[in-house]
Amino acid sequence: MSAAPVAEPAVVAVPAPARTGYRRRILTRLGHALIVLWGAVTFTFAALHLIRGSVVDAIIGNNLQVTPEIRAEVERRYGLGEPLWRQYLHQTGSLLRGDLGESYQLSMPVSQAIREQVGPTLTLMATAITLAGAVSLVLALATAGRSRWVRGPFAALEATAVSVPQFWLGILLLTVFSFGLRWFPVIGTGPGALVLPAVTLALPVAGVLTPVMREGVERALEEPFVVTARARGASEWIVLSRHVLRHALIPAVTLLGLLAGALTGGAVIVEQVFSRPGLGRLLVTAVTGKDIPVVLGTVLVTALFYVTVNLVVDLLYPLIDPRLRD
Amino acid sequence: MIDSTFRAAPGRALAGARPGVWLAFAFLALIVVASAAPGLLAHGSPDAADPLRTLQPPGAGHPLGTDQNGRDLYVRIVYGTRDSVLTGLGATVLALGAGVLVGGLSALGGRAADAVLMRAVDALLAIPGLVMALLMITALGGGTVNSMIAIAVIAAPGYARLVRAQLLVVRRSGYAEAAVALGRPPVLIAVRHLLPNALPPVLLLATLGSGAAIGATAALSYLGLGPAPPAPQWGAMLQQGQEYFSLAWWTAVAPGAVLTLTVLSLTVVGQYLQKLPAGRLER
Repeated sequence: MSAAPVAEPAVVAVPAPARTGYRRRILTRLGHALIVLWGAVTFTFAALHLIRGSVVDAIIGNNLQVTPEIRAEVERRYGLGEPLWRQYLHQTGSLLRGDLGESYQLSMPVSQAIREQVGPTLTLMATAITLAGAVSLVLALATAGRSRWVRGPFAALEATAVSVPQFWLGILLLTVFSFGLRWFPVIGTGPGALVLPAVTLALPVAGVLTPVMREGVERALEEPFVVTARARGASEWIVLSRHVLRHALIPAVTLLGLLAGALTGGAVIVEQVFSRPGLGRLLVTAVTGKDIPVVLGTVLVTALFYVTVNLVVDLLYPLIDPRLRD
Repeated sequence: MIDSTFRAAPGRALAGARPGVWLAFAFLALIVVASAAPGLLAHGSPDAADPLRTLQPPGAGHPLGTDQNGRDLYVRIVYGTRDSVLTGLGATVLALGAGVLVGGLSALGGRAADAVLMRAVDALLAIPGLVMALLMITALGGGTVNSMIAIAVIAAPGYARLVRAQLLVVRRSGYAEAAVALGRPPVLIAVRHLLPNALPPVLLLATLGSGAAIGATAALSYLGLGPAPPAPQWGAMLQQGQEYFSLAWWTAVAPGAVLTLTVLSLTVVGQYLQKLPAGRLER
């Protein structure tokens, strides 16, 4: 924006290094993201082989009797007779081809099961983050720079929103608004059924975002450009919306990357409380049913989501905040 | 990583308000008593069923009402305290131990160890907390001890990062350099001089983290992956009573409210303690 022009003689030379700097940043971040993903794949593979007793038994289910032929078939299909390092290479190779294996319980490819369930989860998360962002923004602007008496109760609310276990928040909202007041359907897929799950997922996020945004607003209000705008006779609304908002949003954007993980975990809980279809339901059903290929596939998809969101935030950051471009 | 975000953000003013802090300490004292000697706070057995008085609303005789089997909710909540709280605390202790080990090796074990360990920590953090816990439960099986381990795996990377960061700061201080100059063996320096000075902020984070860990173990129990049915653990109570919430709201409210108050008290106390060192410096 209106940063003070620095007396820089070599103006011509400035754009080129800045651009290669950004390109290099993209490459290092991309490399880092790939290493992290590879680490997550390796960890998941190692965790699978922590399973006590034989993996074959876990896949078949401990209480089921199977013929030796079927046992051999399972072993062959999952390559479990091979040495560990070959299994590892094999699994990593399949992953690179986008092959997540075959679900044992659903008898369909894991990638298909995930593709069918990812929609509702993304809808839920997108609604929740929009809601949380809007609520936090309004609260931050309304409470920034106010007296202790205004901020105290809000601070208490924020601490409560962060501390309340998400599954209980869901249960509470369900009991009050669906069972008690009957405002919203208990289960369903319509927009009405999305309200309570989205609120449940959004509240703790708003509890984290609001203080961060408020701090951003307060810091921006002390900047010289605010004084300039006020001296120009700009109204308080113009000062807030045109000058302060941008600065308040920047720290919140950084948090988005971290919140991606919290939102994913929250979605698992919320889908369970409200019996919503989605990746979380798929995962919990797979965990209780020991459907290992589905567990691994879902874990890796969530890790991919987390890494991608963080990569995008990292790369967008200098575009949002021009001060970080060099 | 999430823990440190949560630490920085919420409710600063609440931690500053004296009455809130005192209430939080008082509630935690009550929790300690309920864990150590539940018989002092509640009479009768948590498993005593009464088929003639199922789903009774709160009232005389049953201050918090009864559940689907006619068991007194107040007695069950008091007797469930130990299991509900200790699982989370145990997970925090395990995570701290692992965090000190990994963070210590990373900060003091040379560049190669640092690079490898920190990339591993990044990789662990890439799997969202609850999803990671579910992965560990798949590998280890359900139950109290395994959910403790699962929650510890979630929390450990955050502690490892903070321990490493603290050690890197402390290592540059005068007394550390003096110890090196005196030719003390490196392990002794690490244990005697570096760790005691690096740990306080980590322990503060652990106070807040133990609240999160208690909430997370309850969540696992709610998903049906915690202790087996008769156990009066708070999360498990909410899981077992699920079908009756529409008939009896108090079965949904009571265990969750106690759980929330516990986590909130730990948050408030943790934030209060974080402010203390600054105050001590002023004096």
